[in-house]
Amino acid sequence: MPNSPSDEATDDRYSALYDLAVIGAGCAGLAGAVAASERGLSVALLDAAGQIGGQFYRHPAPPLGAVRPQALHHDWSLFAGLRRRLEASDIVHLAGHHVWTVVREGEGEWAVHAVTAADGTGERPARVRARTVLLATGAYERHLPFPGWTLPGVVAAGGAQAMLKSGLVLPGRRVVVAGSGPLLLAVAASLSAAGARVPAVVEASGYTGYARRPGVLAANPHKLMEAVIHATGLVRRGVRLRTRSAVTQVHGTDRVEAVTVSRIDRDWRPLPGTGRRIACDALAVGHGLVPQVELATSLGCATRRTEDGTYALALDALQETSVRGLWAAGETGGIGGADLARTEGELAGIAVAARTRGRPELARGGRVRELQRRRDGMRDFADAMAAVHAPGSGWVHWLDDATDVCRCEEVSAGAIREALADYGARDARTVKLLTRAGMGWCQGRMCGAAVACLAAGAGAESAPASPERRPLAVPVPLGVLGSLEPSEPTATPTGPSGQPDAAGPDEPGRPVDGRTRPSTAGPCKPAD
Amino acid sequence: MPTRSSADLIVIGAGVVGAACAYYAARSGISVTVIDRGAVAGGTTGAGEGNLLVSDKEPGPELELALLSVRLWRELSDLLPPRIEYEAKGGLVVASDEASMAALRGFAARQERAGVKAEQATVDQLRDLEPHLAPDLAGGFHYPQDAQVQPALAAAHLLRAAGGQGSGGVRLRLGEEVIGVLTGANGEVRGVRTASGDVRAPYIVNAAGSWGGELARLAGVGLPVLPRRGFVLVTEPLPRVVRRKVYAADYVADVASGSAALQTSAVVEGTPSGPVLIGASRERVGFDRTLSVEALRRLAAQATRLFPVLAGVRAMRTYAGFRPYLPDHLPAIGPDPRVPGLLHACGHEGAGIGLAPATGLIVARVLSGGQLPLDIEPFRPHRFDAAG
Repeated sequence: MPNSPSDEATDDRYSALYDLAVIGAGCAGLAGAVAASERGLSVALLDAAGQIGGQFYRHPAPPLGAVRPQALHHDWSLFAGLRRRLEASDIVHLAGHHVWTVVREGEGEWAVHAVTAADGTGERPARVRARTVLLATGAYERHLPFPGWTLPGVVAAGGAQAMLKSGLVLPGRRVVVAGSGPLLLAVAASLSAAGARVPAVVEASGYTGYARRPGVLAANPHKLMEAVIHATGLVRRGVRLRTRSAVTQVHGTDRVEAVTVSRIDRDWRPLPGTGRRIACDALAVGHGLVPQVELATSLGCATRRTEDGTYALALDALQETSVRGLWAAGETGGIGGADLARTEGELAGIAVAARTRGRPELARGGRVRELQRRRDGMRDFADAMAAVHAPGSGWVHWLDDATDVCRCEEVSAGAIREALADYGARDARTVKLLTRAGMGWCQGRMCGAAVACLAAGAGAESAPASPERRPLAVPVPLGVLGSLEPSEPTATPTGPSGQPDAAGPDEPGRPVDGRTRPSTAGPCKPAD
Repeated sequence: MPTRSSADLIVIGAGVVGAACAYYAARSGISVTVIDRGAVAGGTTGAGEGNLLVSDKEPGPELELALLSVRLWRELSDLLPPRIEYEAKGGLVVASDEASMAALRGFAARQERAGVKAEQATVDQLRDLEPHLAPDLAGGFHYPQDAQVQPALAAAHLLRAAGGQGSGGVRLRLGEEVIGVLTGANGEVRGVRTASGDVRAPYIVNAAGSWGGELARLAGVGLPVLPRRGFVLVTEPLPRVVRRKVYAADYVADVASGSAALQTSAVVEGTPSGPVLIGASRERVGFDRTLSVEALRRLAAQATRLFPVLAGVRAMRTYAGFRPYLPDHLPAIGPDPRVPGLLHACGHEGAGIGLAPATGLIVARVLSGGQLPLDIEPFRPHRFDAAG
């Protein structure tokens, strides 16, 4: 695995045309990269982090001297195996590369644009060309706001786990875990194993939903086992699981001192008079994950709406998106966990090899059928899980008008309700235009779900009609953008409207008719 | 199909032009229904920067429209809440060398004869006006009439203010797409059809922006409105680094030479909320939102050429919008003689925010029989017909 710093001018890591560029070095990306490489493809593996593993196999950086990073992970041996295969391969691992866009560069070729400071000489652009791309960009956490959620001591559930995995840091000594989804049990188990007291796990859904899908559960014994192991571990440590409940308020002046836990109905509407105060110094809260699909949607990849109201990429039986040459694996195709991600990654890697080597029989072999069978079983389970934990529409009743929904721009629930009721906003995008909610640092990753729910509650469409557009997947310094290699703009045919562009050669925005003189120097219409 | 309501006037399109039409019409006692298939400011208005510019316009009908609009926006800024972020910040056009400075001087002289205020700025004066400008520029012109507004909020507040005292009343029907134009025995407009019913009115205004050509087709007439894509770059929030609207004059030379579809000429400006806006590219690619790396590269390179301090600043996001343009780059404003009762107010290309009030005022005066503020002959909607 060549991964040595070298000077840019002679750096053939950026001049090669790869068979496959994999974006994301988590479970799915690693599995895809090694599967493709072992079948003879040249592969570049890009990831924003300094080391492989993604979110699931996040582990301390070597200087921390962790002796047993695997203590916080199950299936560590599977990761170790992937890492060994990566090290033995000639995959070009580009760590510290923040991919901001992928664009088509002619027929059958893609350019992956990234910002990197990996060689320590300041941020610069990096472009990787490849015949195919595997998107394995994972997911981010969904947040639902409630009064007090911006107090120090309130952390994201997945964030708390990431802190533990990478730095072995606890968010507090007495941590309530709340929200919805299977991650909560895992987080509670990790926190208490690391020495925190967890007075309660507060789950908004009931678990009875699972019982209605016994077939799915029986087909996924591993998942079931995992849940049971977590549950028993928690029981032994005195953690109480409260279902059909939610943290509806956080108390404290400078930081979290206590939370109010209320019972909620099937739609997640709080039941009056059921609030109970629980003392704690931290709250880890999470409401599931959202597939990170903006690189793909910018390229026009089709999406599907998942059971819990997010958008995932629509994929075919061999993990290809609706855009030929772009594959996806793992959470980008729907939240499903590490096992599923590994399975899909390998499947995609084999499928890409079959395509680019011109060996279709590879995609029909026994291994592919086995992977597909496993994937389908786990996808069914993931869909069942998503349905059980889908946020109920009544959660917006936790919000008072003063609660900030967008933390970056400090936009309150009241301001959003006003934009919907009085200013003619109808969806997350027009709420953003009229209030700035979602325009800040996180670009709506934090508040997007909440704003969409508020918009839906106001009587517009029942859900966002499409995933949010984020043509820049990460922020890019203007100096980096401006120093890209100049290129001819790709001649794009007329857009989906089919409107022909009949006008002649373009003058600088000025009329080219008899009434004005295009030759006279004026600064021209610069903009709008 | 049920007839759901009636009004004197139906405005199709809840962007800033439709909002201005509704505002001035309602203020002159006309009852208005505004219909949009989406939300307020959901189309090109929401993708605009909010430039109210005279500096970029040559003497001619569009400049007249712009000069009137600049005056009207100033009036509106006193009547509408400060949240529309109106700023009479002025524009600054800079030249990188003596040749383009000379060209700019000639251009500004002709503009001044047409009523534009243009003040030459020496290199030292440039530094006073914009302390962070690149030090090696040749000079520039300051245009104090240029201003800025937040377009989505401006549209929303125009619509709200339209229903105020003495108004003919404004009803909003959002999320309803017009699927047909109703006409009478003599071909005159009787209203529109939407999926949820018919709305009756003797007059309709086509303020559908980039989709104005489709609406004209529903009314049985041709109007060759085409989309021209633009990208805008938005930076992280900054303290006021850029005070005015700043752009370079010397790009004229670049574009005069070629016919490449993509043109960029970065206007760099700060906003009250902190981010710096850099826009906008121009290319004709239909309604295609695919990111153009080359467009972003040029915008970033031009912006950092003008303001080197921006090189270390991050672009947080970018978005594409579609400017509605007509072949002669003038809007279509006024009655359409081919269909009695049909008026157009679309095709403003990249200047729709700036030209909205004058457009709205013209539409209101046509409907109320008042005196027109300027000659609308150059904007006649049927001018592209063989006989037009």
